[in-house]
Amino acid sequence: MPQPVDSLKGFALTFRQLFHKPLTQQYPEYKKPMYPRFRGRHRLWRHENGLEKCIGCSLCAAACPADCIRVVAAENTPENRVSAGERYARIYEINMSRCIFCGYCELACPFDAITLGNEYEISEYNRDDQIYTKDMLLAEPIKRIPVADADLYDTPIPFYKSNS
Amino acid sequence: MTEPWWISLIKAFVIINLLLLTFAYTTWLERKLLGRMQQRYGPNRAGWFGLLQPIADLIKLIRKESFFPAAASNLPYIVAPIVSAFTALAAFSVIPFGPGWNVYHWHVNGEVLNVQIALILVFALGSIGVYGFIVGGWASESKYSLLGSMRTCAQLVSYEVSLALSVLGVVLMGQSLALTDIVSKQEATLWFVLPQAVGFLVFLFGGVAESARAPFDLPEADSELVAGYHTEYSGMRWGLFQMAEYINLIVLSGLCVTLFFGGWHVPWVERLDAYGPFWFLIKLLFFLSLFIWLRASVPRLRYDQLMRFGWKVLLPVATINALVTAFLVVLI
Repeated sequence: MPQPVDSLKGFALTFRQLFHKPLTQQYPEYKKPMYPRFRGRHRLWRHENGLEKCIGCSLCAAACPADCIRVVAAENTPENRVSAGERYARIYEINMSRCIFCGYCELACPFDAITLGNEYEISEYNRDDQIYTKDMLLAEPIKRIPVADADLYDTPIPFYKSNS
Repeated sequence: MTEPWWISLIKAFVIINLLLLTFAYTTWLERKLLGRMQQRYGPNRAGWFGLLQPIADLIKLIRKESFFPAAASNLPYIVAPIVSAFTALAAFSVIPFGPGWNVYHWHVNGEVLNVQIALILVFALGSIGVYGFIVGGWASESKYSLLGSMRTCAQLVSYEVSLALSVLGVVLMGQSLALTDIVSKQEATLWFVLPQAVGFLVFLFGGVAESARAPFDLPEADSELVAGYHTEYSGMRWGLFQMAEYINLIVLSGLCVTLFFGGWHVPWVERLDAYGPFWFLIKLLFFLSLFIWLRASVPRLRYDQLMRFGWKVLLPVATINALVTAFLVVLI
């Protein structure tokens, strides 16, 4: 086909696109569901009776290639029983600005005390805020989602709508 | 028709503000249309349909630090964007948007400045505007800016020739350089786009290249090069360059409307002088959308293709068009 006709076909294509619904996903309102094995923000876990699973063995800190985990252990006493084992983590900090989310800490942990969750919205205005303490890691992750009109910013993809 | 100086002053004030408003919402329209043509939304967060986006952009640009390179030469660096923006705004002053009205007992012209050499004035101002780009790139004392301004300069100078030649046919047919006379002539006969179709196409391509828009956006070439002549500019100084570019585009669309599409005039519609600006605006928006559509559809030219197209295609075609028109005008 001669070249000018092809060019005009290109113009027709872009014009047709005007009447299609955009495929944009309206991000803060609708999020793409994460793959189950996605490695995001860490989480420390407790046993069902409320005791911490972490026994302060520092194996996670030893396994960490980025050297971002700091564990200071202390002895459990009958008055102050924190974990199920002999010792517990008095200080447990993860520097999220150094973490490379490799998941080796999760593999190294003998008690499944630390896992990597699906949270990825962990940016901060301050580097100091990137250091996560034990209390933060033990609690449910805070979901920082802007209050927005989900009807106004609709997602065209039904799967995202039902899964986010 | 003459009018008191204070009417011109008021009109200039109103028109310059309307022009800036048009510029702001051209950027909105461009982002919106480009977005929809690429199956995106475009701006949709600031206000309804993102209508407050241009205002947000303006506040952001004004509040941003205007970076000043230590090596830059002071005066030219500051004056260059002002020159570009000023000439772009000034060029619009001669474009007629209405036939003129009698308000109370004064006559109000349909354009800010009614001069006999309007068309030459537009091209002259456009050529001065090129200085803003060249001087801006040179005064930044940066090799990227200098190369960018050379690229811009080469492109604008080569396409100016065919742009000026392409309107020669219209001038010959309209028998005048004043844009109001040209529009009146089209009203009396027919829109010049029909007899001057070749001239119109040359003017369209030349104009797109002259306002450095895709597919001729080599001066900026945002996806492959550093920004070009305004590499070292930021904040509102950069904003002035950007404004100059968009207002050049609006002036170009205005010229297309005025020279080839009958200005404020619409055929088969009973002439109502008060609606002149309305029809002008409709046609202007049509051309602005056309240029945006062009940007969404066509890939950027290579530099040698650009030069070859300008000198070996547009220039001969424009020259032949002018010659043939001259012969026909004399014969008929």
